[in-house]
Parts: sequence; C-alpha cells; structure tokens
Amino acid sequence: MADPKPALESLPLKAHAAGLNFHYGDFQALKNIDMPIYDKRVTALIGPSGCGKSTFLRCFNRMHDLYPGNRYEGEIRLHPDNVNLLDRAVDPIEVRMRLSMVFQKPNPFPKSIFENVAYGLRVRGINQRAVLEEKVEEALRSAALWNEAKDRLHEQAFNLSGGQQQRMCIARALATEPEILLFDEPTSALDPIATASIEELIAELKEKVTILIVTHNMQQAARVSDFTAYMYIGELIEYGWTDDIFIKPKHEQTEAYITGRFG
Amino acid sequence: MSGTAVSTLDQAMSPAESRLSHRASRHIKEKIIESVLFLAALVSVFTTLGIVYILVSESVVFFSHVPLWDFLTDKQWTPLFDDAHFGIMVLLSGTLVSSGVALLVAIPLGTVIAVFLSEFAGPRLREIVKPMLELLSGVPTIVYGYFALLFVTPLLQRFMPELPGFNLLSAGLVMGIMIIPTVSSIAEDAMRAVPMNLREGSYAMGATRLQTALKVVVPAAFSGIMAAYILGISRAVGETMILAVAAGMQPNLTWNPLEPAATITAFIVQVALGDLPHGSVGYQTIFAAGLTLMLMTLVFNILGYWLRKKYREQY
Ligand SMILES: Nc1ncnc2c1ncn2[C@@H]1O[C@H](COP(=O)(O)OP(=O)(O)OP(=O)(O)O)[C@@H](O)[C@H]1O
Ligand SMILES: [Mg+2]
Repeated sequence: MADPKPALESLPLKAHAAGLNFHYGDFQALKNIDMPIYDKRVTALIGPSGCGKSTFLRCFNRMHDLYPGNRYEGEIRLHPDNVNLLDRAVDPIEVRMRLSMVFQKPNPFPKSIFENVAYGLRVRGINQRAVLEEKVEEALRSAALWNEAKDRLHEQAFNLSGGQQQRMCIARALATEPEILLFDEPTSALDPIATASIEELIAELKEKVTILIVTHNMQQAARVSDFTAYMYIGELIEYGWTDDIFIKPKHEQTEAYITGRFG
Repeated sequence: MSGTAVSTLDQAMSPAESRLSHRASRHIKEKIIESVLFLAALVSVFTTLGIVYILVSESVVFFSHVPLWDFLTDKQWTPLFDDAHFGIMVLLSGTLVSSGVALLVAIPLGTVIAVFLSEFAGPRLREIVKPMLELLSGVPTIVYGYFALLFVTPLLQRFMPELPGFNLLSAGLVMGIMIIPTVSSIAEDAMRAVPMNLREGSYAMGATRLQTALKVVVPAAFSGIMAAYILGISRAVGETMILAVAAGMQPNLTWNPLEPAATITAFIVQVALGDLPHGSVGYQTIFAAGLTLMLMTLVFNILGYWLRKKYREQY
C-alpha cells in the first residue's frame, strides 16, 4: 500500500455499486448501497453475521438469478465499459464469464485437478489440449499449487487436502482471467497455515486483478485489504481505506465491531 | 476433614444411584426393542436362506440327472418331451434380448427424465410429473402385458407387417416403459442429493444449466445413477407377466427381438401353473432356471456394489 495514500479521485474504478437494493422475496437484504470498487485493489467486506456481505458479493456475478423470487434494484456498473451488471438485458452468464468466485467451502468438481482448473475454459468452448495445458499450468502457478500438483494433475481433486482444494478452486477461478475475483470467506474452513498461504496469494493476485473479499477475521481484513467496507443489517455503515477504518473509524459501531466489543 | 468428604460423597451417591437404576430400566427397554428388531432382520435372512436352500437342493437333484455342461451348452429346451433337452441358453437368450430392449428404452429415457426433473423443472412441474411417473410403476404388470399384446404389437405390425403376434420387441418396449420410473426416481434422488455449492461453483464459472447438469451434477451422482440402472436391470431380468403374455412361451434360441421367445421367468410360470408331478425332472427344471435367474441378479448386484464403491459420491 502506497503511503501517503493517493487521492481517491485519482484511482481508477473497476466497479461501482449505486443505489443497490436487493430482495429475497419480501425480505430486503441490501438497502441502498453505494460503494466504489477500485481497480487492482483488495476491498474487504466485514460486518456481523447476517448483515448481507454474501448477498452483496453474490450480486456481482448474479448468483441470485439462480433462485426464483430474488430481485435487484439499482445498479452495479462494471468499468471500463460502464455496463450495469444488474440490467435485465445483460445475460448473467456473460457476467460470470468476466467475474470469478471462490466459495467458503472448497467445492472441487468430481473430476481430475486438471479438468477442474480447465473447467471454465471448456465451458467457454476452449478445448485445444495445448492451450488448456498452458492455461492450467499458469493458473496453478498463480494459485501457488503448481509444485504440489504438477505430478498428479490427473488425479481426482478430492484427494487434495482442504487447503490445496481451496487453492485449486482459486486456480479454477483464475484460469479464465477474470476482471474481478470474489472471495466469500475463503479461509474460514482452513487451518492457519493454509490460511496464511491464501492470504499471501491474495497479496500477489491484486497486481493482476481486482479483489472483493468477505471475511470474519479482522486481522485478515487488515492484512490483505486496501479498502474496507463495514456493513450492518443490509446497510453500508462505513467505507474507506483499511488503515483509516482500523485506526480511526468514523462510526462508533464500526470501532466496536472491529475491536470485538460488538457483533 | 476426611469425614465430611465421605458424607458429602454419600449424599452425592443416592441421586446418582437412582439415576443409575433409571438407566438400567431404560437399558432393558432398549434390549427388548433391539431383540425385536433383530428378530425382524432374522426373518428376512431366514427367508432368503430358505429360498437359496430350496433352489440349490432341488437344483442338485436336477443336475444329477442333467449334466451342467449340457445345461449350459445345449441348443434346445424341451424339458417336457420324451427326448428332453435342457439348454438354458434358449431361455437366457429370451431374457437377455427382452431385457436389452427394455433397457434401451428405460436407461436413456429414465436418465433424461431424471436430469430434467432434478435440474430443469420447477418445483410445481415436478410435483405434477413425479406422481404420474409413480403411477406408471404402480400399474399391475399383467395390464402392461395385455397393453403390449393388444396395442403395441398391432401398432408395430403396421410398420412391420411380418412381425408375429407374440414377439420380444413389444414386450421389451413396454417393459422398458414400466421400468422408466424406477430408473428416473432413483437417479433423480441421487442428482438432487448433489450439494448446491457444487452447482453454484459451476454456474459461477459461467456454465449453463445443461453444462452444469452434464459436467458436474451427473458425474457427482454417478454411483447413485449406476444404482438406478442396476435396479432397472434386475427388474427387467426378473419381469414375468409382460413376457408371458406378449412374447409367447415357445422356447426359442434367438437374438432377434422380432421373434417370439420364452424367457426364464415365463418358463417358470408356465411350468408352475401346469400339473407336473413333484419330483419329476421336468418339475425340477424350474429350480435350476430359478437358480440361474438368481445368480444373474446377484452378479448385477455385485457389479452395482463394486461400481458404487469405486465411484463413491464424492462431494
Ligand atoms: N436465500 C435466502 N432467502 C431469504 N433470506 C436470505 C437468504 N439468504 C440470506 N438471507 C438473509 O439475508 C440476510 C443477509 O444474509 P447474508 O448471507 O448475505 O449474510 P452474511 O453477511 O454473509 O452473513 P455471514 O457472515 O453469516 O455469512 C440475512 O438476514 C439472511 O437471513
Ligand atoms: Mg456469508
């Protein structure tokens, strides 16, 4: 992180949520969220359980479209083309082609490691062996899994340890060269060592890609993110540079949450 | 000092003891329930053993008259003639051909229906379709038999005028329809048991519904789908009425579904309904035939078990 911090206006935007409301049927889970997502930066989403962090994250790749009764209002603009991701006319599959997601629990497909990582490419119609091999290797290297996996690419992915599985899921998400990576508590199912390796990875990945990460671990948010957003019951309470949020939060509630006196 | 400790211990003992005796009465109750359940399990084990014992012991008598080699290789099945032949291949061919036809119908259609119901249909449509499918498997097989004989065969004869009135094809087709719900409902259960986070992982990569269903859900549910197929096969091999009614009962060594033929099961009902004297070789043939059938089903079940172990649900 550069210090002194650059003026926010000078930073390029990758996405921008504006007036975002989200409803699960009759239940409004997000209330009028406005939040910038800066390009090639890590933004952490924190807040007590049930405040809508996952809901917000899943708006970006339109995961909510998979279930009936869900409704978006407002917009999330993706830059540089300034397209509203939530527009009904925008095909959710097109959106998911540009953003990748890593889930809380590693979710390897019942396939080999190679085929797991190649999955997004195959879905995009890329089937040439040479291309796949190159991209899979690159993705596994970026996810710091290549050395462990290179001799067992054609083994079932389930044989990997939990931490390795999660890194494989990150490789899978990276293989399609997404513009934004969405992480929903990617380390909550992992031990401290696996967690540390994934945090390192995130620090490296932000050179190449914009990252949004939900976490319940305050140290993690402080370690990996440039920006932090604190949410509470569907609302964005406070947003700013992670340093500022953790050292001198403007809202008392944010401070209470961060220091563990609340939530 | 130590005296007080003992007296507190004493006081502490009495409620603990009553708790203990309470535990003992519960223990007895549990023992009773356990033995009732054990007896119930025993009944089914003994039934199975009894069946196996009868099949094997009667077959032993049979094979003391008919060499096993003849049983397996003879090309004729004429157990009731003076010049008796006991070539099980004759009946086995009928069983295999009709089951093959049935599975060609039931496996593809059952799988497609399962994928559709599990991955594409909304809850409301599913609620309509599932009971209808279950109805299909609740129809008595004798009804299916006459449906094959009186409806499907005449229909087929319009396109194939030389098709005989009794044939394996229409019996097999109808049997396939009957088996569809078995295959589809077990395969669908297996697919629906695949956790949502696997599907979400696939969708998040930009996959379509069809890609998710075929590339992720079906492989994840593979062993359950195999179990559905194996059960379908067992039902086809063991089906009796449809074949007895619609395929004719002439033993006929053929691999052509357009011909009439008897199956193992059709032969067994035929003989069992006739009045053959107990203890005659003719009567004992049904046990040898039944044993063959049981061994076949056993092989399929072992195959299914092995497949299930090899491709455990992995998610
Ligand atoms: N499918 C759903 N249908 C209805 N309400 C839902 C659904 N999913 C989540 N909610 C509700 O929306 C709110 C936000 O949930 P969300 O999962 O986004 O919280 P979260 O901040 O990610 O919590 P956690 O930290 O526990 O993961 C909660 O009140 C939750 O009960
Ligand atoms: Mg969450």
